[in-house]
Amino acid sequence: MVEYVKASHEDFGVRLKKGYEDAENEEENLMLDRKEKKESAGKIQRDGFKVQLCHVDGGKSRSQQDTKPCDAKRANPFTGAILSLSLKVMYGMVENVKLLDRYTNRKAANGTLYLTATHLIYVDASAEVRKETWILHHHIATVEKLPLTTAGCPLLIHCKNFHVAHFVIGQERDCHEVYTSLLKLSQPVKPEDLYAFSYNPKMSKDNREIGWKLIDLKVDYQRMGIPNDYWEITDANKDYEVCNTYPPEIVVPRAANKATVIGSSRFRSRGRIPVLSYLYKENNAAICRCSQPLSGFSARCLEDEQMLQAIREANPGSPFMYVVDTRPKLNAIANRAAGKGYENEDNYDNIRFKFIGIENIHVMRNSLQKLLEVCETKSPSMSDFLTGLENSGWLRHIKAVMDAGVFLAKAVKDEKASVLVHCSDGWDRTAQVCSLASLLLDPFYRTFKGFMVLIEKEWIAMGHKFSHRCGHLDGDPKEVSPVFTQFIECVWQLMQQFPCTFEFNERFLLEIHDHVYSCQFGNFLGTCHKEREDLKIFEKTHSLWPFLLQKKQEFRNPLYRGFTAYKELQPNTLPFSFQFWCGMYNRFDKGMHPKQCVLDHLLSCMSQKMKLEDNASELENKLPFLDGPLPTEACSFPKMGSASKTPMLNTPQDYEGEPPPVLTNGTAVGDVEVMSDVDQKNKENLSKHQDPHDLKDAFGVLDSEAKDGKPQHP
Amino acid sequence: MEFAELIKTPRVDNVVLHRPFYPAVEGTLCLTGHHLILSSRRQDDAEELWLLHSNIDSIEKRFVGSLGTIIIKCKDLRIIQLDIPGMEECLNIASSIEALSTLDSVTLMYPFFYRPMFEVVEDGWRSFLPEQEFELLSSVTDEWRLSCINKEFSVCPSYPPVVIVPKSIDDEALRKVAMFRHGSRFPVLSYYHKKNGMVMMRSSQPLTGTNGRRCKEDEKLINATLRAGKRGYIIDTRSLNVAQQARAKGGGFEQEAHYPQWRRIHKSIERFNILQESLIKLVEACNDQSHNMDRWLSKLEASNWLTHIKEILTAACLAAQCIDREGASVLVHGTEGTDSTLQVTSLAQIILDPRCRTIRGFESLVVREWLQAGHPFQQRCAQSAYSNSKQKWEAPVFLLFLDCVWQILRQFPCSFEFSEHFLIMLFEHTYASQFGTFLGNNENERLVRILAQNPASGKEKVSRSKLKLQQKTMSLWSWVNRPQELSKYKNPLFEANSLVIWPSVAPQSLQLWEGVFLRWNRSSKFLDEAYEEMVTLIEYNKQLKAKVNALRRKLAELETDDRMQENL
Repeated sequence: MVEYVKASHEDFGVRLKKGYEDAENEEENLMLDRKEKKESAGKIQRDGFKVQLCHVDGGKSRSQQDTKPCDAKRANPFTGAILSLSLKVMYGMVENVKLLDRYTNRKAANGTLYLTATHLIYVDASAEVRKETWILHHHIATVEKLPLTTAGCPLLIHCKNFHVAHFVIGQERDCHEVYTSLLKLSQPVKPEDLYAFSYNPKMSKDNREIGWKLIDLKVDYQRMGIPNDYWEITDANKDYEVCNTYPPEIVVPRAANKATVIGSSRFRSRGRIPVLSYLYKENNAAICRCSQPLSGFSARCLEDEQMLQAIREANPGSPFMYVVDTRPKLNAIANRAAGKGYENEDNYDNIRFKFIGIENIHVMRNSLQKLLEVCETKSPSMSDFLTGLENSGWLRHIKAVMDAGVFLAKAVKDEKASVLVHCSDGWDRTAQVCSLASLLLDPFYRTFKGFMVLIEKEWIAMGHKFSHRCGHLDGDPKEVSPVFTQFIECVWQLMQQFPCTFEFNERFLLEIHDHVYSCQFGNFLGTCHKEREDLKIFEKTHSLWPFLLQKKQEFRNPLYRGFTAYKELQPNTLPFSFQFWCGMYNRFDKGMHPKQCVLDHLLSCMSQKMKLEDNASELENKLPFLDGPLPTEACSFPKMGSASKTPMLNTPQDYEGEPPPVLTNGTAVGDVEVMSDVDQKNKENLSKHQDPHDLKDAFGVLDSEAKDGKPQHP
Repeated sequence: MEFAELIKTPRVDNVVLHRPFYPAVEGTLCLTGHHLILSSRRQDDAEELWLLHSNIDSIEKRFVGSLGTIIIKCKDLRIIQLDIPGMEECLNIASSIEALSTLDSVTLMYPFFYRPMFEVVEDGWRSFLPEQEFELLSSVTDEWRLSCINKEFSVCPSYPPVVIVPKSIDDEALRKVAMFRHGSRFPVLSYYHKKNGMVMMRSSQPLTGTNGRRCKEDEKLINATLRAGKRGYIIDTRSLNVAQQARAKGGGFEQEAHYPQWRRIHKSIERFNILQESLIKLVEACNDQSHNMDRWLSKLEASNWLTHIKEILTAACLAAQCIDREGASVLVHGTEGTDSTLQVTSLAQIILDPRCRTIRGFESLVVREWLQAGHPFQQRCAQSAYSNSKQKWEAPVFLLFLDCVWQILRQFPCSFEFSEHFLIMLFEHTYASQFGTFLGNNENERLVRILAQNPASGKEKVSRSKLKLQQKTMSLWSWVNRPQELSKYKNPLFEANSLVIWPSVAPQSLQLWEGVFLRWNRSSKFLDEAYEEMVTLIEYNKQLKAKVNALRRKLAELETDDRMQENL
């Protein structure tokens, strides 16, 4: 229909080997319908599939050994399956499965359900074009068996990425087998059973290690100018003595000596002492974070008071500092009875204490539940929807988080005051609020690299309990909460208000959100740095970030105006500024989305632009000389002058990556007009390395970028 | 009447103007017959505000000591504030504005005084004539004819002089059908779907009354639009209940027994004061910045605005579906056939017909389905969301239509030649304009002058002297269709799409139209910049393409030259 649909997608022909023994049917070519593929699976599944292939390869020999047709197996494919993930192979197939469409009354699709080691795959046989629905086991939040109907036994699957699949399986017995298998597969008991430990993108050990080094938090602190006269990076926590949920290296005021640090840690819940989150270099105001003090009704701690004083004095420009408790006041008061609580203003010098009522993880979990019920309602009226949206409270909570982030950013920028933020343990609301404030204050965090750094710093390193909050493993369902989802949504809301300020687009957010749950990469496993070390994440799994950078082209924001175009953001937080995020919560209901996608259109414009610029320079080189400017050249190219977006022309893979300041020598890069034959050759060379498994060159660039290429704060 | 009589104080100095998102401006306030003008009169960078009195919906006065404040609420939903020193001046200004903004004589309106400062390339009054439309139609089918039965507006006062009807129905039959339809609005052709020859007709309700009157000619007329053996759909924009109640007042609906080839579907769309109240509530919710999220969502819900949008779009999609998917002809009507009927027929055309998604095609649609079809703009757009006066005939019917178009545009951002700005511009001009296009309630009035309205009896003394809008006022289209103006309204993403476009009507897919309802409540700086960025990117690509082509040509020329030289 429109040209942009065709653009940018490689052929999705993949081969799926079925797990049952039928010599002729052992392999089957599956041509995936592009649209459906995008719809159902997204990119992770595709990556995941490659892995799955190698499992299947491993499994093939096994199946050949215990060969011979198993009619029995066919009748009930799961009986023969070995439910042991140690083998990493799991086969199963059920035919005559219907997939119901919630939004249309179309005849339900009829097809086959396959169960692999990593995915549940549904292949629609009734459609003219082959349609597939892929569901990663780790993405499954709940599996429900609904009461038997005349059509068969319904199986309802809710995914953590808000995909809902409603299958109807002919045989009750089959349905039960699928049901029990999925229960086990979706939430393994042992961490070693998580996908990341078996995921093998066939990458060399070196590249894998380089991948993990891509994000170096020390570099980010250097960017803020730390160490400096007031702040130092200390390894006080190297043996996790101070706090076992903090990373080994933390940033504290120079004025706080070891005794102060240790003393303060005894007075803070779980030893989570105040540490630096972000330093606003312009005026030395800092955002620091910690957990609640163990103040009870009257307890105080001299070292903790000294700690806060040290933080305040590290910002000589301000006579006071804010202490922000992000909980509702009542919750904080209730905590006093348990020996915890909040800072007494009388005990700390020159602090201004403030509550910001963000609700706790349980309220947020219930709120999301209600929101999803609204999203899933079949043909609701406008009134139903808006009332449901209101009653869920979801946008109220999003606004609360955003308001808190805005408060922090304003305190730092406008009042020049440092802020210490905590909630209860300082790993949920605190992480949301601190990362949001950084995003508002510093354009670096709105770049690809910066956003990765931000997540590594404020969420991963500082011990947001991803494993518990995302329910990676079989555990306490009350620990699950959409805290990170809310942060991602806040970023999306900012993108709606400031469409030119982010280097990346909505899809990047969705991809990260997917991977927080997918357990395909090691970054989000476990609950804190120590646990990740114990799990040998860095030795046994891959880091997500290099994989995302590889797909930069599809994740970038075509309207991005560059690093220097906007500094601090001051979002409007009036209620009408917040929108329901259909692209997240109804993401898989494509019928609801705009039928033509501006982003796709603009992305194809971007790639077209590169091609045209290549063409133009190529032609210019061919022309021996020109007497005068061509008539069309007379028209000015508005973009060329400002040059903020041209650098991407250099390489097809766009590793210029970082915003313009990367080029410290200040020369304008990527001027098409002067692209020489040599450049052209380089380009060809580079383009040879597009094989996704050959990351070496990519890493070469990324690595040097990580070391030297950090954009400096202007 | 002289405007001077109404202007007690024509000029006040040291007036301070407060507008959203702009710093306050101090300057001189002047009142003219049609404008409120505030000029900063600074040499360096003079700022001026020109506001049409007819754009003013309501004003409020406040006094603190001798400093008076006038809050002006406009029909385009903007609110501005003027601080006027001196109590007497302030009172005079307020009463003048009040009088000048509520003139009830059409001929005193600004369009009759406006002198265009631009060269008229194309007379908009002659841009969209029914004859041209019929010519297009007759190139694909000969089953229709142009009837001049209404030449003198004697058959149906709210219809244009010429209408398109089935060829097999003669004018005599039309006269009989007109007697059987509310306001004499007999079924006429609204849209011909080239793809399958199906049609959409529109009319008003049939006057069946309680005893089930019937009209053979009416049955014959609408059956004439059916292909042999085919069925059609009647989309009644009222609920069954309302339609049944209408019988008591002499109206009604088509009985199955008398129209056996037609299936009737009721799709309720609200009308009149319910819509006006909805607009008032919505605007009130958008303007109240004090409330929290829950209150905002609950007020948005309570306004029902988006519910109306969903209802209208659903009915339009249904009509389009019947035509394109079911291969059936459709007749649309409500009660009068001047409001919800037109919303449905015009939106269905946007869904079905790519031509209606071009600028010119959309203008033509507005002319055909709204102006010529007799939507009473003057009554509907007399007041907007801030009016304190008792509402009579006001209703944001056309605004709802524009909002629905915006919703479709948002879902198909590349399929429309025009951008959101075009829709906003039309919204503004329906309420207050220097052009005559939206004056009057129908073609009859636009040609025949209403001398005065007697408020007591509500009756209009009509004189037969011509209002001559076409000679005495400028058409909006004359101005808009100049290239320099048109370029403002072009959609940079447009790529002609010849397909039928099916919008989603799920609540998740419908949004508040920020460009209209939040326009004055939040800064659009960053969104405007994004728009610019998008335009720049697309324009740059176009220039690049041109450059590459030019280089190729040049190269080809050089090569030819070389060869020629070799040959020599």
